[in-house]
Amino acid sequence: MVTQQQRQAAIVGIHEYPLRLAPGRSALQIKTTSIIAALRDAGLQLKDVDAIYDPAETEGGGGLALSAYLGIRPRVIDTTAVGGSSFEFHVAHALRDIQAGRANVAVVSYGSIAASVRRPIGTGNVTGAGEANWSGNMEDPYGLTLIAGYAMVAHRHMHQYGTTSADLAEISVATRAHAMRNPDAVRGMTDLAFENIRELTVQDVLESRIIADPLHLLECCMVSDGGGALIIANKDVVKDTKQPPVWVIGAGEGIKYRENGGDITVSAAAQSGPAAFAQAGVRPDEIDVAMIYDSFTITVTTMLEDLGFYKKGELGDFAKGNRFRFDTALKPALNTDGGGLSSNHPGMRGIFLLLESTRQLRGQSTSQVANARLAVAHGNGGQLGAAHAGSTIILARD
Amino acid sequence: MPRRPQPRFPEPNTQPYWEAVKDGRLTYQRCNDCNAVVFTPKFHCAACSSENLSWHDSSGAGTIYTYSVVRQNRNPVFSDLGAYVVAYVDLDEGFRMMTNIVGIANPLTDVHCGQRVQVQFEVQESGDYPIPVFAPV
Repeated sequence: MVTQQQRQAAIVGIHEYPLRLAPGRSALQIKTTSIIAALRDAGLQLKDVDAIYDPAETEGGGGLALSAYLGIRPRVIDTTAVGGSSFEFHVAHALRDIQAGRANVAVVSYGSIAASVRRPIGTGNVTGAGEANWSGNMEDPYGLTLIAGYAMVAHRHMHQYGTTSADLAEISVATRAHAMRNPDAVRGMTDLAFENIRELTVQDVLESRIIADPLHLLECCMVSDGGGALIIANKDVVKDTKQPPVWVIGAGEGIKYRENGGDITVSAAAQSGPAAFAQAGVRPDEIDVAMIYDSFTITVTTMLEDLGFYKKGELGDFAKGNRFRFDTALKPALNTDGGGLSSNHPGMRGIFLLLESTRQLRGQSTSQVANARLAVAHGNGGQLGAAHAGSTIILARD
Repeated sequence: MPRRPQPRFPEPNTQPYWEAVKDGRLTYQRCNDCNAVVFTPKFHCAACSSENLSWHDSSGAGTIYTYSVVRQNRNPVFSDLGAYVVAYVDLDEGFRMMTNIVGIANPLTDVHCGQRVQVQFEVQESGDYPIPVFAPV
């Protein structure tokens, strides 16, 4: 049965904090100045906001402290915190709350100074400290870095499907090409003291040092500062906003965790993707822009597979003909802002997938896909290969 | 001598597992009602919701499901090891555990998915609990 596509809620305001290194700023400041800017983009004000979605990544109490700081009294507070995918979950929940008549203007926001405070995300986790806990007791002795967790998925993927590092490198290459067209990304890589700020080749990726086999440095996201905000409104509010609306037409949520006998090459996207596509009434091959959480190259291919863009292990064939670039006829363009690999990754990147999807469907991207009509944003939080959450949001222009 | 972090207590799910490790036994749970294998240790069976579980000794023999050679870890406890192998091992009894692979000349070339391995209990520089690691058979 074909579902009737609903157009009841739209992203009407966005802001991406431009700096990737912002010394002297606080996470709350980045978050709240982004909210004000996104409201201004929409032509709305703080007093219009009646629903707040907040992963509680800044100062105390999640939506409570944020509401108090902003000076608003929302009817809906949702503090779902599932790492980098939190923001896709928030949009899914905002859609649900708007459809139910419980919210009119919803705010999703993020702020982080992970780079300025040198947060040890990828390779610096100190295990074996703090209060005793269930999973830590079984895993802390073994020195699993976050990157090694993803690398274990990559090795199994190579073992099962014949995927190669050269296949995975195509993702880094396309993403960097998009980053070089995005002035904020170029400034960010400069501020963060990247070497070789230029387009990459597959060979460049394969010659970069290995952090955790088989993942090379240029297959890993950066650690930056940053943040942003987006405003979602119901269809009655949309009539009076300033920007072309970007409709939320499908949303799905899922989780996955390691199980005895389980397949760690399958992600939560295998649960969230079909739900989102079914609600939207569209197919993967109709998607113009795919904004896929690129913590690492392996994350991207696993999710593109699970969302139905191609079969497991077919990345090498699928990526041929520069398919992922914004300016080729083949769909979809991938991570057209430069991604977490080359634009920004302050720890929880999911909001940027929604912001760039919105820019594409408004015609405002620095790597604009001609006549982009449909975008998918898929966020991943937690650790691929272990416990992680995934949410898929499908967006459409008018 | 290695300085891998020790388990910490009180943690009631995993304490019986670690007390057995101290005796040189690798243990896992089974559900007495539906016979499902339960691991990581806990108090219920996800398959049938039963809380009637029992502990069993594993042979310690298994197969590497997947692995990574960690080249960079800013935690000195691990960076002092040089390149080391973290892995998931599927034990023959049907449970999968995180571990390290040891006893290999070159971690970059001598480990692969599907490789047969056997548990060892590695004594640490300090602490009462040896750590279960695996070496190729």
